Amino acid sequence: MSNQIIQGILLGGYYALIACGLSFMFSVMRIINLAHGSLAVFAAFALWWLAARFHISPFVGLLIVLPLMAAIGWVLQRFLLERSARGGALLPILTTFGLAIVIDNLLFEQFGADTRSLAPYIGSLSYDSWEWPGSIYVGKLAVIMFASAVILLGGLQLFLTHTRLGRSIRATSEDPDTAGLVGVDARRANAIAASIAMVTVGLAGAFLGMRSTFDPYAGAPQLLFAFEAAVIGGAGSLWGTLIGGIVLALAQTLGAQVHPQGFLIGGHVAFLIVLFIRLSTSGLGLRGLQRLPTRKPT
Amino acid sequence: MSAVSTSPVIERGTATSRIAAIAVAVIIALLAVAPHFLSAGAVDRITALFIYVILAAMWNALAGFGGLVSVGQQVFFGLGAYFAIRLADAGINPFLALFTSGIIVGAVSWPLSLFMLRLRNGEFAIGMWVIAALTHLLVNLDRLVQGETGTSLISLNVYDAGARRAAIYWLALASMTALLAILFGLLRGSTGAAIRAIRDNEDAAASVGVRVTGTKRLLFVLAAFGIGIAGALWLATSITFQPKTYFNVQWTAYMIFMVLVGGIGTFEGAILGALVFFLIETWFGGIGVWYLVGLGATAVLFSLFLPRGLWGTIEERFGLRLLPVGYRVRFPAAADGDAMPSPPQATPYREKA
Amino acid sequence: MSLLSVENLVVRHGLLQAVRGVSFTIERGETLALVGANGAGKTTLLRAIAGAHHPAAGRVLLSGADLSNVPSHRRVGMGIALVPEGRKLFVQMTVEENLLLGKTAGRPGDWSVDKVLEMFPNLKPRRHAKTGHLSGGEQQATAIGRALMSNPDVLLLDEVSLGLSPLIVDRVYAALQGLIASGTTIILVEQDLNRALAVSDRVICMLEGRVALEGPSKAVSREDVTKAYFGLHRKSPGSVPA
Ligand SMILES: Nc1ncnc2c1ncn2[C@@H]1O[C@H](COP(=O)(O)OP(=O)(O)OP(=O)(O)O)[C@@H](O)[C@H]1O
Ligand SMILES: [Mg+2]
Repeated sequence: MSNQIIQGILLGGYYALIACGLSFMFSVMRIINLAHGSLAVFAAFALWWLAARFHISPFVGLLIVLPLMAAIGWVLQRFLLERSARGGALLPILTTFGLAIVIDNLLFEQFGADTRSLAPYIGSLSYDSWEWPGSIYVGKLAVIMFASAVILLGGLQLFLTHTRLGRSIRATSEDPDTAGLVGVDARRANAIAASIAMVTVGLAGAFLGMRSTFDPYAGAPQLLFAFEAAVIGGAGSLWGTLIGGIVLALAQTLGAQVHPQGFLIGGHVAFLIVLFIRLSTSGLGLRGLQRLPTRKPT
Repeated sequence: MSAVSTSPVIERGTATSRIAAIAVAVIIALLAVAPHFLSAGAVDRITALFIYVILAAMWNALAGFGGLVSVGQQVFFGLGAYFAIRLADAGINPFLALFTSGIIVGAVSWPLSLFMLRLRNGEFAIGMWVIAALTHLLVNLDRLVQGETGTSLISLNVYDAGARRAAIYWLALASMTALLAILFGLLRGSTGAAIRAIRDNEDAAASVGVRVTGTKRLLFVLAAFGIGIAGALWLATSITFQPKTYFNVQWTAYMIFMVLVGGIGTFEGAILGALVFFLIETWFGGIGVWYLVGLGATAVLFSLFLPRGLWGTIEERFGLRLLPVGYRVRFPAAADGDAMPSPPQATPYREKA
Repeated sequence: MSLLSVENLVVRHGLLQAVRGVSFTIERGETLALVGANGAGKTTLLRAIAGAHHPAAGRVLLSGADLSNVPSHRRVGMGIALVPEGRKLFVQMTVEENLLLGKTAGRPGDWSVDKVLEMFPNLKPRRHAKTGHLSGGEQQATAIGRALMSNPDVLLLDEVSLGLSPLIVDRVYAALQGLIASGTTIILVEQDLNRALAVSDRVICMLEGRVALEGPSKAVSREDVTKAYFGLHRKSPGSVPA
């Protein structure tokens, strides 16, 4: 049992990775990007293509794919989201949903219905494990994934609180109009934020491909996982996202214990329970996705 | 369209709208007798069109009038079919089961709304998707459904194929007409004023005492009911029930496409959108995946460049209003030119929501 | 050449015309007071100068350069800084972070966090407090400091005394006096007429989006300004606003 809990916690690292871009983008631009999962799957396919076609290891492939994702984020913000957000809060939902359909089906058109995986291209890493005391075996990949999540979230936190660009992004997220009046280029800050979000999406896509299989329509479940982890994690700091990912993964693990089909059900139910508690205690709408980290007041 | 012919439209309608009311009655009458003249294939296709109109009108009711964009409406479509299967399995007449199923879906959506309507915007949108995914998984657990293998509405097979086809056609036509009439009546009644107030500016509406949540709940339940009926009708036409097909997010994608293209927040727009979608599907449905890419791309382009959709744009350009659900207010050119801030007419929800 | 000139500026909020053809110029080192009743269009005018509103007609020139297509953040870089009405601090951030944001445009100059804290000693102990938790006076000091951090050529101040106790207002104005003495060009919106006239070289009174009166602060009388303020300066009594 403790073995399963540890596996669950490590899986939570993946969910935190995929959630952090979604929640980051929401907190800066107030947009929930419904193409989030599809973009992660796109990154996974890009890595797979580089590996299968040109024998480029996925880890090396990231050097190509992550800059590509950053560029996509920039373009997405400048040409789609910015325009769409001017039409109100609801329009970006429709725009990004349409985009998700386009991406999914283009991937299908290009790569067919077969499920793929990056596992064959990362050597023994996909099955190697360490033995921990108490004869617990933890996969090396799972540990790397978790460590990446911690590093990414921590790095993002430091970036936002301790750099000039991070401050500009936070200022833009709080009040874009006033940000402009103090000299911040709000459009640029948003585009950079979108780029950063897409880099995290690319990383999440890489781990998705390494730890399991994916197909062109795998984006939707990834979006739901990301959303659930972000909401469970709640407000405050990016670390909440890590907690949210772990809770989601543990709930899924528990669900699988209860019923053979229970893995996904467990996650969804946990999400709804947290949501229910949050809504009935706060009275107002959901505050879960709304804040960027702030420096601790002294 | 009883609402059109019996309620006093004169003082609010225009000459065009009176002609339109008559045209609507004629069209419905023609559609009602059509199965006598059409091939079996054509009857099936038009039945599908009716279902699309229902889906579009219901999603539009929710998003265009209630300001609630959901990407999880497939949950009601799937449940509509599932409850129909369950009811028929319990020995209820399959045709009766279709209607009863819609009622149950509406009833189920009520408690759901207590919870979901507290989410805002994107949170509501994906939250509904989670609900749909969970419901799909739970339905799969039902022994009767046998997971993704699915089951069939076997009891419908006792009817002769021709009679069954015509009956489903009429049921679909009647359901569509009734649902559109309910929506039309709602939009013209006192609720309609509340709905328009919410659409134009939710916070302002709340501050002047409009029952925002109650109105939204009404639309949410109506949409669930209508989409439940649509799911049950779809089941009746295709007989087989595979959860994966019915709980597919593609249904919501279709709804969004139809409403975006037709004109979000306009009564006629949803119908027009369904018609456009029906034609596109008929012509291009066969080309497979590029067809879906095209649908998605069209939705993106409309949301970016023509967010009012076809009908909204026509309405704006020509001041045309076939089925007036609101009051028309004309602002005389203000004497002072710039002094009077005239409120914009029928602002679509997205400008302020 | 004037440092800043506004030519026939027209600014709308939707269909409402808040500024209706305003023109004036301001020379380097001058202090201009802008007065007028509520809704006269003062805030809209300042925000249009700062680039937060796009004028429907007319233009703003800075040292002769047309700013029409220059977005607000670049105007900060060119030397225009606004202390907005209601302060508009980033409340999730600390005093120091708010001040540092003012540096974003990167104009050379000698304003620094320490110098601002020097000018407003009451901020010193609050340096790392979130601005959402500050008192009104501390917030206003932070807002002024944030604008100064960009080392502006023109400082636009919108009702800096609003909601502050008289004692605090005195303190804020003492600080402003220092700025004025050091030659900073200032446009200042102020409800308190006496203060406005005392601190400024020139005064403009706005009425319903137009300039109702303009003159040197020493030369105009309080009565003139008051009349213009209420629209009583017009000849026909019929035009007195209700
Ligand atoms: N964002 C806005 N949207 C719509 N109308 C606005 C907006 N801002 C100001 N107005 C209107 O424009 C007119 C001018 O307002 P403005 O705030 O510029 O006046 P003001 O002189 O600064 O008034 P006050 O002394 O109250 O600050 C007013 O009628 C106001 O209602
Ligand atoms: Mg003002």
